[in-house]
Amino acid sequence: MATVQTAAVPALPPRPPLNLRSLGLQALALALVVLLGAWLVHNAAINLAAQNIASGFGFLSDTAGFAISEGLFPYEPSDTYARAFAAGVANTLRAALPAVFLATVLGFALGIAQTSRHALVRLLSRGLVDILRNIPLLVQVLLWYFSLTELLPGGDTPLQVDDVAFLTKGGFSFAVPDLTASQAIVPLVLTFILPWLAWLAKPWRRITLPVSLLVVIGVWLLWPDSWQRPQVGSFGVSGGATLSPEWLALVVALTLYSGVYCAEIVRGGLQAVPRGQWEATHALSLTRTQALRRVIVPQSLRVIVPPYTSLVMNTIKNSSLAVAIGYPDIVSAATTALNQNGQAIECIAIIAAVYLTLNLLTALVMAIVNTRVQLKER
Amino acid sequence: MNPAFRFALLSASIAAIAALAGTAHAGKVLDGVKQKGVVTCGVHTGRAGFALADSSGNWSGLDVDYCRALAAAVLGSAEKVKYVPTSGQTRITALQSGEIDVLARNTTWTYTRDTSLGLVWVGVNFYDGQAFITKKKPGLTKVTQLAGATICVDSGSTTEKNLAEYFTGHKLQYKGVVFDQIEASQQAFMSGRCQVYTGDNSNLAVLKATQLKNPDDYMILPEQISKEPLGPAVHRGDEDWFAIAKWTLNAMIEAEELGISSSNIDSLKASSADPAIKRFVGTGDDLGKFMGLDKEWSYRIVKQVGNYGESFDRNVGANSKVKLPRGQMNLWTKGGLMISPPLR
Repeated sequence: MATVQTAAVPALPPRPPLNLRSLGLQALALALVVLLGAWLVHNAAINLAAQNIASGFGFLSDTAGFAISEGLFPYEPSDTYARAFAAGVANTLRAALPAVFLATVLGFALGIAQTSRHALVRLLSRGLVDILRNIPLLVQVLLWYFSLTELLPGGDTPLQVDDVAFLTKGGFSFAVPDLTASQAIVPLVLTFILPWLAWLAKPWRRITLPVSLLVVIGVWLLWPDSWQRPQVGSFGVSGGATLSPEWLALVVALTLYSGVYCAEIVRGGLQAVPRGQWEATHALSLTRTQALRRVIVPQSLRVIVPPYTSLVMNTIKNSSLAVAIGYPDIVSAATTALNQNGQAIECIAIIAAVYLTLNLLTALVMAIVNTRVQLKER
Repeated sequence: MNPAFRFALLSASIAAIAALAGTAHAGKVLDGVKQKGVVTCGVHTGRAGFALADSSGNWSGLDVDYCRALAAAVLGSAEKVKYVPTSGQTRITALQSGEIDVLARNTTWTYTRDTSLGLVWVGVNFYDGQAFITKKKPGLTKVTQLAGATICVDSGSTTEKNLAEYFTGHKLQYKGVVFDQIEASQQAFMSGRCQVYTGDNSNLAVLKATQLKNPDDYMILPEQISKEPLGPAVHRGDEDWFAIAKWTLNAMIEAEELGISSSNIDSLKASSADPAIKRFVGTGDDLGKFMGLDKEWSYRIVKQVGNYGESFDRNVGANSKVKLPRGQMNLWTKGGLMISPPLR
């Protein structure tokens, strides 16, 4: 047992002394690359001017004029291009973040299931992973989208639960509380405070947490005086809140695709924990759940986090497939803008900058997480 | 490899790339076309009546006929066309970058496009307008009755903006679903995801005639919310090529006005005494020299492709599947808008 890896990370080899010649060559190469870049930009600017093609980012303050059908960011067609892009970014996040969260949950569940002692569980999760991992994401996105829009009933004959939830080709509509901002304060505060209090009551968490969650749900159901309910209108279901089939198809496809990749990462991480650790948990007569929670998963995280970071980044980037099914993300907003004003270079640069920023932020957050899950030497 | 050599190799390749990029400036379009031996023509990815390739790869349509006419005038044969299918998003960039010599792809002529995108329109070969198609409903006759509907629309077109402006202007709500590919938005409309699909009237007529399963269940609302003059465009900055492109279109219209068609042009060439016809068929004054073409450029257009009326009837008019009325595409002498400045 003593040989088991809590060994220190091997020290880096000593730095070689500075080599002036190699340093000079590197500087020269860098200068050349910078010069080449500057020349390309300059050349593009001259050519665009010569061809009478507008250039620059001045258009961002012009009126966009096109509509964006859904989203959390307030936007009207009479707003500027800059706001249209912001609405597009909000929509990208509105699809990517839930997908990342759900994929993580699914990934951990499937990953642990693959190391299960029950052959059936192992086999089922293995099969799911193998199927979903080997179908291109674009195909899956289209598959979900066509399934939703072809198979669900039309707006006149919705699948409905009372008048609370409606499922049609137009998406999933559900009743929402009709609250103004000031009326929403009390339930919002309770939503955060109650579970926190329950968490503080440490020995009784098993009871207090579920109770507090039930109370929160009860408050949300009973507090509002009225509800905005969806109803069947002349053109399908209207009113209430709606999740469009575009959003649903994108989030489901991203969740499943990234989820099974995550499952493989988790499985790899769990199996990287030395067998001796399992044996040690048996010696302490921990249950399997306890062993996983207290011993195995914490140690596997250092293996899981780096590839998981790439997975999160890939999920964010893959959300750009939204454009195939008409979900108005940043790519959709930028390509529409590109067609209105023909400024291809600028619009593509904006798309690139958005994804770059999002992924650098992800890398930053995950770097912090990574340092926290590393083995600590005491 | 030692570092110095590796560095030299790197610098050399960078220099080579720079040199190559530097030589990629476009010459005169006509010279390029003659040298390549084909007119590279940007067309629709597939719209019956305007540009559609059949199972053996032969293109046909109103826009395709224009490309063929241009090739006949410049290169002597209507077959010498390379078709580049372009999407709503790539069409303008393709022309800006010089990938195509001319863009004949149901593209609306607007002020912004004509002045700020580095292209210039040569004329109009189809007067269109934005319309709406939806399932027939009792009492539904006006666009304003579509308030609250989910409307499918193609990205990268004037359509999207017109739609937003029209509904904002009338203080009406709608839910737009915007697709990158025209096939995707039509599919979404046919599946029932959207109750309404909006686009150029010609596009809707083609959809209704060729793709809808029960075309009689649908109606195109008579109201049109915009004018969409569609026509070919060329790169800005080459006036000679612009003139050739413009007068190719004019020649097709002029031929119809003069009564010259592909079937009678040879007999007219042999016998007509009308100076206008003699100029046109290449037996009178030389009309080609100011554009750098020969005397028979316009003769070849009509001989090989036909006049505008023939092209219209064959592709979108009475003799086609789409059966659009001639309407505004009639000659000016018959109450339409098609007119060519005098060819003299």
